[in-house]
Amino acid sequence: MSAQAPVVRVSVPARSLGSELRAIRIVWRRELLRFASDRLRMVTALVQPLLFLFVLGSGLQKLSSAGTHGVSLKTFIYPGILCIAVMFTAMFSAASIVWDREFGFLREMMVAPIRRSSIVIGKCLGGATVAGFQGVIVICLAGFVHVPYDPLLILGIFGLQLLLAFTITAFGVMIAVRINQMQAFMGVMQMVVMPMFFISGALFPVQGLPGWLEFLNRIDPLTYAVDPMRRLVFNHLSISPAARRALDPGVTWWGWHVPALLEAGVIVVLGLVMLGVAIWEFSSTE
Amino acid sequence: MTPPAIEVRALTKRFDEVEAVRGVDFEVPVGEVFGFLGPNGAGKTTTINMLCTLATPTSGSAHVAGFDVVTQRDDVRRHIGLVFQDPTLDSYLTAEQNLKLHAELYGVQSDLVAPRMQQVMEMVGLWERRSSPVATFSGGMRRRLEIARGLMHSPRVLFLDEPTIGLDPQTRRSIWTYIRELKESEDITIFLTTHYMDEAEWCDRIAIMDNGEIVALDSPDTLKARVGEDRIRINTDDDERAIAAIRDVFDIEATVSEGAVTFGVPGGAEFVPRLFGELGVPIRSVSVSRPTLDDVFMSYTGTTIRDREENDVLPAQRAMMQRMAPGGRG
Repeated sequence: MSAQAPVVRVSVPARSLGSELRAIRIVWRRELLRFASDRLRMVTALVQPLLFLFVLGSGLQKLSSAGTHGVSLKTFIYPGILCIAVMFTAMFSAASIVWDREFGFLREMMVAPIRRSSIVIGKCLGGATVAGFQGVIVICLAGFVHVPYDPLLILGIFGLQLLLAFTITAFGVMIAVRINQMQAFMGVMQMVVMPMFFISGALFPVQGLPGWLEFLNRIDPLTYAVDPMRRLVFNHLSISPAARRALDPGVTWWGWHVPALLEAGVIVVLGLVMLGVAIWEFSSTE
Repeated sequence: MTPPAIEVRALTKRFDEVEAVRGVDFEVPVGEVFGFLGPNGAGKTTTINMLCTLATPTSGSAHVAGFDVVTQRDDVRRHIGLVFQDPTLDSYLTAEQNLKLHAELYGVQSDLVAPRMQQVMEMVGLWERRSSPVATFSGGMRRRLEIARGLMHSPRVLFLDEPTIGLDPQTRRSIWTYIRELKESEDITIFLTTHYMDEAEWCDRIAIMDNGEIVALDSPDTLKARVGEDRIRINTDDDERAIAAIRDVFDIEATVSEGAVTFGVPGGAEFVPRLFGELGVPIRSVSVSRPTLDDVFMSYTGTTIRDREENDVLPAQRAMMQRMAPGGRG
């Protein structure tokens, strides 16, 4: 006990840009470590998307073969599944902020000599990375739904997934900062995530909808991820122009066809705004 | 002269209607083990939160390690270690990963992380368990690991909020052994809160806190000496008659506390023969004890810490009761 080894004295440097970048990296890496140690989460986050893709896709095929112009329904909803697989995982990442608060670890980070914004940024980047992994798994399934493994396509899909994952994590963190209990957060998620998914057009073409649904669809942020994703996938399919028109009509604003790049821009801007709100909220809590 | 490790002036914290901390003043010199003693809800944790920059004071000022807790928040944070009342470890990670993460969060020089980690883990007897996930640790081990983590960055002041709460007596004892050893080896000031009277005895000095105010502040021995009297506890066949007799014969007010008639007299051992000779009520057993911090607390607040907590009244109600009974304090 009374070993006479000299005490190792260390010192903590003053805060700097370097220390903030380091903090972001630490929070980011912790998110990855946790994800790696939680295999159950990897599986559960994939169950729902795969159910939609293979069960719903195969089952409803019988009813809809007339309307899909010979294109498999699975192929049609695959772009939507690419989006929601990422979305669910990103939400789980955001939930860890509530989890950390409930189990105290958040305090350990809040009293460290780092900015609150570094914690939030690290969290969002971590959520995006983790969700990206999940996205890759779904990309691997492309062959099962008659989508070719084209390198450019895969790169495009992955890029869109990362953008979406970042935005959704920021959205989740923005909500999570105000919530102290996991159950409450899960409740809010159910209320927000499922409607966003159903309204987004992941499961149906977004033209010729009833007016109220079209309105909801156009204000659903997920719409602007699903639509370019679908356009990207359909660009690499060899299908009839009629099928293309019916299944991938594209999002319009008052009749104007919104370009894919602008849609991606909507996702980015939304993500940055929500990140800003999350940082502001997080910094003003004691 | 080195500035004090902690310097607090007229510090207050108000939450809406309730004034949780009502103007406390104290100084803690470098190297001291300083304890905040008081029942739950006395304002101990609120005070510690202000000192640790987790809460902003409503008014007054506080300096920790020479830095202002409001205007130099980051400097304060760099120089303090914290062990919270509730666990704040990441139970997904191993003990070692938790400490490494902490060291990185604080920017400890990377070549010093390994030796420092070994040192603090050996001190709390967890070096052998460094690769185990925290989820497999018992409550006592977790607390020890938290103490080790709080020390990773060589803080000048270590804050421990109820470090032994919820632990068994043996573990409590070992935690205190670490705390005392720490004082010898680390050149550190330790600020802790507790509501265990027996633990406060381990401190160099204690401040007794009640209703958001410090009612007494000194070394445990001095505080006890100030009470002066020995405590006598007797078990009788008829407590009512015994109390009446003590009042009539000796002119002393006794009370029933924890199942025994209790009162204080100077020179308790000499008093016992008189008690048996003159009381006139059969006595089944008697015990004489030197004053404890419990008695100190009672003499300053008019109630025992346990009674305080059992009553469990809201701070606001308590504050009102206090105002209605201004003579309640010694």
